[in-house]
Amino acid sequence: MKELLKFITCGSVDDGKSTLIGHMLYDSKLLFADQERALELESKVGSTDGSLDYSLLLDGLMAEREQGITIDVAYRYFTTSKRSFIVADTPGHEEYTRNMAVGASFADAAVILLDATKGVLIQTRRHTRICSLMGIRDFVFIVNKMDLADYREDGFLAIKQELEEFIRDFPYNSMTVIPVSATIGDNITAPSQKMKWYQGPALLSYLEELELNSENEEEDFVLPIQRVSRPNHTFRGFQGQVEAGSIRLEDRITVYPSGEQASVSRLLAAGEEVEEVVKGQPVTVCLDREIDCSRGCVMVKKNRPEVGNMFQVTMLWMDDIPLLEGKEYICKLGTKKIPARIVKIEYKIDVNTGAKVTAEQVKKNEIVSCSILTTEKIVFHKFTDNEALGGLILIDRITNMTSACGVIEYALKHFDNLTWQDSDITKEIREKRMGQKAAALWFTGLSGSGKSTLANALEMKLSAMGRHTMLLDGDNIRMGLNRDLKFSDEDRTENIRRIAEVTKLMNDAGLIVLTSFISPFAQDRDLARSIIGDDFLEIYISTPLEECERRDVKGLYKKARAGEIPVFTGISSPYEAPEKPDIQIDTSQYTVEEAVDLLIKKMQEHGIG
Amino acid sequence: MKILSHLDKLEAEAIYIIREVAAECEKPVMLYSIGKDSSVMLHLAMKAFYPEKPPFPFMHIDTTWKFREMTEFRDRKAKELGINMIVHTNEEGLQAGINPFDHGASYTDIMKTQALKQGLNQYGFTAAFGGGRRDEEKSRAKERIFSFRNAEHAWDPKNQRPEMWKLYNTQIQKGESIRVFPLSNWTENDIWQYILRENIDIVSLYYADVRPVVYRDGNIIMVDDDRMRLLPGEEVQMKKVRFRTLGCYPLTGGVESDADTLEAIVEETLGAVNSERTSRVIDHEATASMERRKREGYF
Repeated sequence: MKELLKFITCGSVDDGKSTLIGHMLYDSKLLFADQERALELESKVGSTDGSLDYSLLLDGLMAEREQGITIDVAYRYFTTSKRSFIVADTPGHEEYTRNMAVGASFADAAVILLDATKGVLIQTRRHTRICSLMGIRDFVFIVNKMDLADYREDGFLAIKQELEEFIRDFPYNSMTVIPVSATIGDNITAPSQKMKWYQGPALLSYLEELELNSENEEEDFVLPIQRVSRPNHTFRGFQGQVEAGSIRLEDRITVYPSGEQASVSRLLAAGEEVEEVVKGQPVTVCLDREIDCSRGCVMVKKNRPEVGNMFQVTMLWMDDIPLLEGKEYICKLGTKKIPARIVKIEYKIDVNTGAKVTAEQVKKNEIVSCSILTTEKIVFHKFTDNEALGGLILIDRITNMTSACGVIEYALKHFDNLTWQDSDITKEIREKRMGQKAAALWFTGLSGSGKSTLANALEMKLSAMGRHTMLLDGDNIRMGLNRDLKFSDEDRTENIRRIAEVTKLMNDAGLIVLTSFISPFAQDRDLARSIIGDDFLEIYISTPLEECERRDVKGLYKKARAGEIPVFTGISSPYEAPEKPDIQIDTSQYTVEEAVDLLIKKMQEHGIG
Repeated sequence: MKILSHLDKLEAEAIYIIREVAAECEKPVMLYSIGKDSSVMLHLAMKAFYPEKPPFPFMHIDTTWKFREMTEFRDRKAKELGINMIVHTNEEGLQAGINPFDHGASYTDIMKTQALKQGLNQYGFTAAFGGGRRDEEKSRAKERIFSFRNAEHAWDPKNQRPEMWKLYNTQIQKGESIRVFPLSNWTENDIWQYILRENIDIVSLYYADVRPVVYRDGNIIMVDDDRMRLLPGEEVQMKKVRFRTLGCYPLTGGVESDADTLEAIVEETLGAVNSERTSRVIDHEATASMERRKREGYF
């Protein structure tokens, strides 16, 4: 029975990762004959001297072959007499860091390449840091291109020393440095004849001998529930993969977050009746009594996991859209999917030095420490205690992009001396008492489009219908709550964020909130939607600019045209019209009464009011 | 404590993926091609939910040019296991007489790629399992396990969603879908070892037997019915052959072999000198043909 080792190759672009793996496969005679033939053919096309370009084996995508770079992680499979291997060969360009992180989250060990003629680069440090973040504890550094550095020992030793100092910042089990030439083939599968001064293993022997983490028998049983199987009235089984420890028939278990207990009455491992299941097995567990247990719950034997709704995480941001404080995402942790909000960005981590840097915004490929609040209590662990219940991803609610991946550092009970207080009187209770469904009616449109007039008329109508409402208007808020804000893009975003938070509070109080702000940027309206949640209707007042300017109720267009207002939406600053508004009304086509009736009708269609 | 073997780990990974789709995706389907990889995937689906039946249907895209032994096997398996097997054929293509002899690459496009899109759209499936493996071909080596497709079923290799740990992102917009490959990390070798270990029923074509064949452009093509067109000078010969991959019979090359037991097949595969896709005639067209077809919506 062979063991499996999954490893990643990473490092800066042009350090020769693909060449290294290509050469290792080739040397080990691990290639199938026809792939070898294809390689020789393609290589002849690409090179002038007819020598083999080993990287062609791995750079599979057309775009990659055209650009000569690796943009996404490629998986390769090979077996030696000692072990089975899966290699995740990852891109070196900074732009594709997130694809490199995909490989790191998959791997047990990291092979990090450097160019002997360039030494330790920022990318070397970045990749080591991300490998460590994703849970890798065994590192081998390949000092490549030794042929171009005259196979000199002193240069190698200087790089080795720098690496040994650097790695001290991270938790690790093992760390090895090997001098290599990937093009020539030194120290890949056999010891190099040109570097007799090096006494350590060649790369392949290192990978064959690396000790894999032995399972800890003392670990408590952990089973995140993936699915409840209920084919008929007589069978109810809880399905999932055992993430730690083991369990036997008749063992007593506890399910969290409910805390209910039961005994194991039947066990299936990959569909077969068994008496015991262990870590890594796909199982179905039946219990002796009915308890509250569904997808996202966690079954354990002894130790109570963390149950809470706030925790501190270190994350890699992977989205082109920057991370914003206060925005709501979908968080997937174990088998649980739940809305979650970034409460506070603590600091960014400088990938080069590891220094903590203060930040309000986080861009793609940056590592950040922040606190996250989920909308209800969930079961989790510190990542270092249990990877399956300590790793998470954040999904953008609008684009569905996997925006970030992160690891839980610790549970938060208090946040800046504040504790999230669940109140017994919930939004639902308040709504029930008021006999209505709380919602946010977000009016957006140009200045003079009729937002305020319409919002005001609608509120009067709703009030007459016995509804409890509140109207938030642009100028009023600017004169009070947001008096400190100017009209820069940053302040406009903050303006919207505060309004959305206030709206959310009023919704929680059970009120129907009407907001009337130009809110010209799609990103800001998305932010508002993500803060407020599902009961959000975007109402686009699409009155044409010419009509708005003709009306010019406040005389602002005239001033703007005269250059007296530097930033004015529609004149000197863009208005990004909503692509898919929930409701759209052009006030030049309707009377106020008609528009209000239309709005009431649309609200009813959305089940709001 | 029990240590899981390489195969146990691959089995566990695949079952986790299959259950995850059943739990999170709105309307999944498992594509079934009747081949050995599909047979392994079907076996895993049965194990994942036992004693419950898989909570999704299966779908076979039938070009009407499959080996007869394949369609018989498909119908028998579906009945034995009590699963819902949808068979979909591109009726327009069939009416137009599209066939592998006259229409070459457009045959594959119309009867496979377009037929697949039709089938998925007709039933409104939001997620479709496929038996693809990353060791098959270079562009597959780079595809995620959960591979996102837009409303036109196209794959964007430059903009794949990051896939971290086992935290698969199944969120999609209306009209979009996901292809899911639970066997991504299996090699051909693993497939055979697993079939042997689990004693999985596979189509008889994988076993060597004396069959009527012709030799054409370095391939051995079986004459499965009288629709087969012979080229001038070609002669039907009886040879002991078997197939390493299965598809439409005029497009599938066999190999001469005496391997007529599962053990012998595995033995032969372990020592294989040609990777398996060389026996699919279609792949010789261009190095990057697979990636191109996939961007257009081929599985």
